[in-house]
Amino acid sequence: MTTGRRAAPLSAPVRAQRRLAWALCAPAAVVILAVTAYPVAYAVYLSLQRYDLRFPNDSRFVGLANYTTVLTSPLWWEALAVTAVITVVSVAIELVVGLAVALVMHRAIVGRGLVRAVVLIPYGIVTVVAAFGWRYAWTPGTGYLSRLFGDATPLASQVWGIVVIISAEVWKTTPFMALLLLAGLALVPDELLRAAKVDGANAWQRLTRVTLPLMRPAILVALLFRTLDAFRIFDNIYVLTAGAYDTRSVSILGYDNLFTALNLGVGSSLSVLIFLVVALIAVIFVKGFGTAAPGGKTGR
Amino acid sequence: MAAATATRTAGRAASAQPRRRRRSAAPARVLLGWSAANLVIVGVALVPLLWLVSLSFKTPASITDGSFIPNEWTLENYRGIFRQSLFTRALLNSLGIALISTALAVALGSMAAYAIARLEFPGKRLLVGMALLIAMFPQISLISPLFNLWRILRIFDTWVGLIIPYLTFSLPLAIYTLSAFFREIPWDLEKAAQVDGATPAQAFLRVIAPLAAPGMVTTAILVFIFCWNDFLFAISLTSTERSRTVPAAIAFFTGASQFAQPIGSIAAAAVVITVPVLVFVLLFQRRIVAGLTSGAVKG
Repeated sequence: MTTGRRAAPLSAPVRAQRRLAWALCAPAAVVILAVTAYPVAYAVYLSLQRYDLRFPNDSRFVGLANYTTVLTSPLWWEALAVTAVITVVSVAIELVVGLAVALVMHRAIVGRGLVRAVVLIPYGIVTVVAAFGWRYAWTPGTGYLSRLFGDATPLASQVWGIVVIISAEVWKTTPFMALLLLAGLALVPDELLRAAKVDGANAWQRLTRVTLPLMRPAILVALLFRTLDAFRIFDNIYVLTAGAYDTRSVSILGYDNLFTALNLGVGSSLSVLIFLVVALIAVIFVKGFGTAAPGGKTGR
Repeated sequence: MAAATATRTAGRAASAQPRRRRRSAAPARVLLGWSAANLVIVGVALVPLLWLVSLSFKTPASITDGSFIPNEWTLENYRGIFRQSLFTRALLNSLGIALISTALAVALGSMAAYAIARLEFPGKRLLVGMALLIAMFPQISLISPLFNLWRILRIFDTWVGLIIPYLTFSLPLAIYTLSAFFREIPWDLEKAAQVDGATPAQAFLRVIAPLAAPGMVTTAILVFIFCWNDFLFAISLTSTERSRTVPAAIAFFTGASQFAQPIGSIAAAAVVITVPVLVFVLLFQRRIVAGLTSGAVKG
């Protein structure tokens, strides 16, 4: 998109165009920066202070002490591990299931509209609402799922709690994954698949040798989106277990630290650490796997 | 390797035509397979929702029977929540906050998206990259600083206090979706308008804005769903009924007595805030699918 107009001095219309462009973008840019860049900088500042909301007058600069507190705490590492497990497992399941759903939607001759409509249901439901549905489904004495499995109480153990959390997360977000993959699937030319079939490739070979390689960019973008989104998981855990039985994610830990422990200094250092981990994941995706950041190239 | 195979096979695509009829050799079985897959997807997507609907119609006595279909039906749960200001006020807050945020996000987003899709200017890449960064930002990182800032600025527990973060986090979504839609608009019309003497601003307002309306509606729906869905900001930046939205209020529901589980009320409230959104989503399903995927695939 950086074509032309480089050599010549800016003509009046070009300057007018630039002024208009900046004027149009300014409000959005200001709002975005004011509510993210500034608070993040403020979080960095707070994270270097001892700041307990119960003793606000006793605040002072403590250097990296809050970070030491967090990084030497088993709570942080446990939460990070739980978050990593939830993220990796749910995104992996979503990729496989989402691809299957996308293939069904792509190939379906009958009921295509119905599937697309129904698939949007989990997307349209408020996460908290869906989470309450799952919680009551697994509450012994109340839930149909719990009754089905002999009054099971999965939400009262770490491993099964995480399994239920992952299932709730997968149910809610697979549609989004499927729709992103469906869009990628639409870019695979039908003639190629037909030709591969003529050449003797079976369905599995056509999927792994033709469809998936061509979908690689779409898959990577979907993975990047969903990985970073899953890493922030909060609503589902808050409702399902409230972080009990060591099922805290880093977001739950950050929330608890602020509103239960009322420690703004440590809470802010948690904020900064979570931000750094997310940035690291993004860098790995973009640099390591060569994920084309959407919007990176604005031309068509 | 795969790409090489792809191009090689592409060359033969033309000669594949006569053999195509073979494909319909086992249509009944294939059709059955896809239909079964459809059915599974429909079931898995619907059952959790139907379970909440079922809970919302159960009587207090039968709510713990674990049956998927209510044995005794009642509307008392619905009457109950609409008698409580905890719920009605939250519904008002949710609607007001989500609608205002949506209007602002679409307005500001349209301006920026127009510039991105249409104009050449330095800083464009920076803006797009920044929007992407925000879309993936861990919201929990903002909770501590915003909680403190909002108390200092005295907008803690107000509509404004929620509208501001919602606007920030929906703007990237709005900008992406809108700029993808805006690129599809026949821009020659804009040039024609400018030849006829309209300024760029006039060309935007008189010619392009009406053409852009479908994209704006889609974006509005996506942004509204985002705001309607939020829970983290809603519980962190509010403390009373004054500005608490429904997802947050539901988490504070209590039963008729301290010992009664508010399952029926929560289920009824859940259905009330879910059904209208679902109707909307289903009515606009084509647009929503296009909107959700446009930003990611076309960039």
